[in-house]
Amino acid sequence: MAALSADFALPLRTFALELSLVVERTVALVGPSGAGKTSALHVVAGLVQPSRGRVALDGEVWLDTARGVRRPPEERSVGLVFQEYALFPHLSVRRNVAYAGRGRADELLERFRLSHLADARPGELSGGERQRVALARALAREPAVLLLDEPLAALDAHTRAEVRGELSELLGGLDLPTLLVTHDYEDAAALADEVGVVVEGSLRQLAPPAELVARPRDAFVASLTGANLLHGNATAARELTEVVLTSGERLFSTDTARGEVGVVVYPWEVAIAREPAHDSALNVVRGEVGSVVELGNRVRVRVGPVTAEVTAASAARLELARGGVAYATFKATGTRLVPLAG
Amino acid sequence: MRRTLTAALVFAAAFVALAFLFVPVLAIFVHVPPSRLVAQLSSPVVTDALVVTLKTTLVAQALILLLGTPTAYLLASRRFRGRSLLVALVELPLVLPPAVAGIGLIAAFGRFGLLGPQLRAAGVTIGFTQAAVVLAVAFVASPLYVRQAIATFEAVDPNVVAASRTLGAGPVKTFFRVVLPLARSGLAAGEALSFARGLGEFGATIMFAGSLQGVTQTLPLAIYAQFDVVGGFDTALAMSALLVLVSAALLVSLKVTPRWQPSRPTSRFLFARSLSS
Repeated sequence: MAALSADFALPLRTFALELSLVVERTVALVGPSGAGKTSALHVVAGLVQPSRGRVALDGEVWLDTARGVRRPPEERSVGLVFQEYALFPHLSVRRNVAYAGRGRADELLERFRLSHLADARPGELSGGERQRVALARALAREPAVLLLDEPLAALDAHTRAEVRGELSELLGGLDLPTLLVTHDYEDAAALADEVGVVVEGSLRQLAPPAELVARPRDAFVASLTGANLLHGNATAARELTEVVLTSGERLFSTDTARGEVGVVVYPWEVAIAREPAHDSALNVVRGEVGSVVELGNRVRVRVGPVTAEVTAASAARLELARGGVAYATFKATGTRLVPLAG
Repeated sequence: MRRTLTAALVFAAAFVALAFLFVPVLAIFVHVPPSRLVAQLSSPVVTDALVVTLKTTLVAQALILLLGTPTAYLLASRRFRGRSLLVALVELPLVLPPAVAGIGLIAAFGRFGLLGPQLRAAGVTIGFTQAAVVLAVAFVASPLYVRQAIATFEAVDPNVVAASRTLGAGPVKTFFRVVLPLARSGLAAGEALSFARGLGEFGATIMFAGSLQGVTQTLPLAIYAQFDVVGGFDTALAMSALLVLVSAALLVSLKVTPRWQPSRPTSRFLFARSLSS
């Protein structure tokens, strides 16, 4: 399979987007909106010109500012799916898909379950249908690289979960280097082999999703992946590290760090009890039960500054819905210490 | 009591204003019997003026469309220093008194004008020919089209234009297959306005092209000329009635043109870059 390499700097309004990555399978760039993610896709597609950089598909150079190579978008083999899909409003679904080439239109309409909508205009379609048209249209060109801009953001919550599954299946079967951007870490982790965290134009960490969760490089990456982040001051305490939180509690971690740190603990590492427990968990945080949110068979509970994820059955047994005092406990081995900078 | 008085005054003002606008138009049709108006339409003055108007209007509008459309697209899709100055320049003829436009055209293209020697060397005379009528009409009428065209092109979602490019279509194909179809109704509205303005052109034309029957005398000029001739008032009325009907038809076509409502883009001017780059 071909590989896309991109290395460029693009000045944006308040910061410069500087990226360097190689896309072989599926890479997701995730970060807050305004971090420059969409611009990254536009640089690869040739829609905006970076001040410096090189973009190439294997040996085929699309952009090289040093050598003055600058291929226009129509001469780069990309399929770009725009955030709001950017379908041609004046053309039928069939003519949208056939825009890049008549050859595969019918086959793609069939494959994306759009045949019955072939004569409809984009304005008559639902969000999920529009997304399928946008994908079919991009693939009709038989691109060598697929670019997806917030592929799930324009969908309502119900359609979203369904489309995420379909899209993941599609990407798995396509065998195309794919670069996608999203503000949602869960979407990124579900769709991509590697996730890059982009903040204010720079790539903080690029790693497989499991690696990002296990070893977040900094506090931002940790909180983006859904972890609890508690601020404190770390000192050595025998073979462990003791962290005194700004709220006064003492926590222990098997990680080593000194000074200002963030303590990272994932919600599924946290247990909830009504009484202080006497078990192997070194860390206990006492607090009022705050929000209790059901997510299918799991429940997210907030106890003081800590969010825990427990089964719906446990939540019912502990009567968390009525509030009151509870204890959140987690092991020293379940924590990561990360620098707070940035 | 006071409220009733206010309402009465408002209604009275509206009545006076509306009547004032409507009566002169009505008068054109009822001043003489319609049969006499129709009979006047076959007089040589009228047929000559009709032919001159038709010819010059068609040529002028063709020029406006052919040159104005790319100009408007350029001004709408690029951002560069001095752009707003250029847009203002395009709009200037709209607010210029017609007599000033006439003088300007003479000073530029007249026998002793700025470009006079070059035109003479090329063997071209413009003043007091049909070419002069075309230039006068194009000068005063093109801003209405170009202005509307700029606004229309700016309203086309830049992401849709970008999508066409990433699907393998070059700028020219993208323009004809995406931009133009999406801008069509807006451009038609601008063209209708420009056409109506050109049809009524008087001041710049009479100064730069004169009023020679069968050569440069358009309908508005013929109306003015007949007004001075003994017994010509009915002929002037007949031509006026004709122009009222054409103008009203243009207005109706403007009102019924469906306006395209594109989705508002989040990021505008994807291709915006300076002309120099």
